[in-house]
Amino acid sequence: MAKISMKVNGKTVSGDVEPRTLLVQFIREHLGLTGTHVGCDTSQCGACNVHYNGEAIKSCTILAVQADGSEVVTIEGLAKPDGTLHPMQAAFREYHGLQCGYCTPGMVMVAVDIARRLPGADEETVREELYGNICRCTGYQGIVEAVMAGSEAMQTGVLPLKEHH
Amino acid sequence: MYSFEYRRAQSVAEAAKLIKEVDDGKILAGGMTLIPTLKQRLAQPSDLIDLGKIPDLKGITLSGKTLTIKAMTRHFDVATSADVKKAIPALAVLAGGIGDPSVRHRGTIGGSTANADPAADYPAGIVGLGATIETNQRKIAADDFFTGLFETALEPGELIIAVHFPVPDKAGYIKFAHLASGYATCGVMVSKTGTAVRVGVTGAGPSAFRVPEMEAALAKSFTPDAIAHIKYPPDDLLSDMHAGAEYRAHLVTVMAKRAVAAAIA
Repeated sequence: MAKISMKVNGKTVSGDVEPRTLLVQFIREHLGLTGTHVGCDTSQCGACNVHYNGEAIKSCTILAVQADGSEVVTIEGLAKPDGTLHPMQAAFREYHGLQCGYCTPGMVMVAVDIARRLPGADEETVREELYGNICRCTGYQGIVEAVMAGSEAMQTGVLPLKEHH
Repeated sequence: MYSFEYRRAQSVAEAAKLIKEVDDGKILAGGMTLIPTLKQRLAQPSDLIDLGKIPDLKGITLSGKTLTIKAMTRHFDVATSADVKKAIPALAVLAGGIGDPSVRHRGTIGGSTANADPAADYPAGIVGLGATIETNQRKIAADDFFTGLFETALEPGELIIAVHFPVPDKAGYIKFAHLASGYATCGVMVSKTGTAVRVGVTGAGPSAFRVPEMEAALAKSFTPDAIAHIKYPPDDLLSDMHAGAEYRAHLVTVMAKRAVAAAIA
């Protein structure tokens, strides 16, 4: 067993883990933060994305021991303590960026990462950047619109509302 | 995953020492191939030696006509580096096409190079640009490095420190990516430096290789048309459920033409 310690959603946490424990297992099973999902478990689907030292990574493809001393933010760490949604979460709700919701935590974490790295990214860029996130419900249209609107909201503080027909 | 011992090296020298001491160790760089391999129980190392916390094993420097990328530099850093974009934009394109953004935030040039996956992108870049692999023991020329399927010239206990790329006059990288995995079914890096031309191919064969006939034709005329008639023999190429050897041989010519077009664009 290995002793590890890291900051998760702003709180210092520690635990004893086997070296083969994945970061996503530590997050879900040791910390009880089950918002981070395991979809494919083969680095393809992106449901397990978290922010690791400020960047989106697949938490099913890193050992918890590798993440010792790091700063991790999970989907639970995005909304404000009073429950106010992060602008990207609000955008996913407004633009129907989800159906079953399984891929959504990973989508939102990657969307925030895209918005930070590439503010004002056009639709084509957003679609390319979502290459590592698979959704089997939506056909992606709502997700892409949500990422673009959420990105705008992160810059301006105002979420453009969807036109309802 | 089978269980293993985890060791975090503080220096390259320590990593080299540890890997010799342990029973059946594996070096862990970014882990983008190794961890999925372990999860599928396709490997059962006794120990993992993690290079992730070694200081001074990351970074990109452009000095004169040489671009040096240290081993633990991530694909994301290569793809977005101002120095890489200025000196060898085709290499930034190559790094930016590996995996997906989250994978590029972890995967490293050293890990990809040492792993020598037949469908990885970097081997085409290393061979096509004529890079030099610097290890903790020596310097290895690109042409001597990739020796076979997942096989390299690296000796036991030999670790990659950096990859040195000579800056070409022109270069282009194009791959025919497998639709699901993004790996190169065939990828070609073409470069021109003075009158010297290199054509490096990945994905098509068991390991990255050059195409001398195309290099000679491109040295005379650096245009896509100059190699349009050159067919690569399919005899030693890979054949699997994704693409047969004949198809891969066809792709070598098509991707090489597109790479030249990208280089002169």
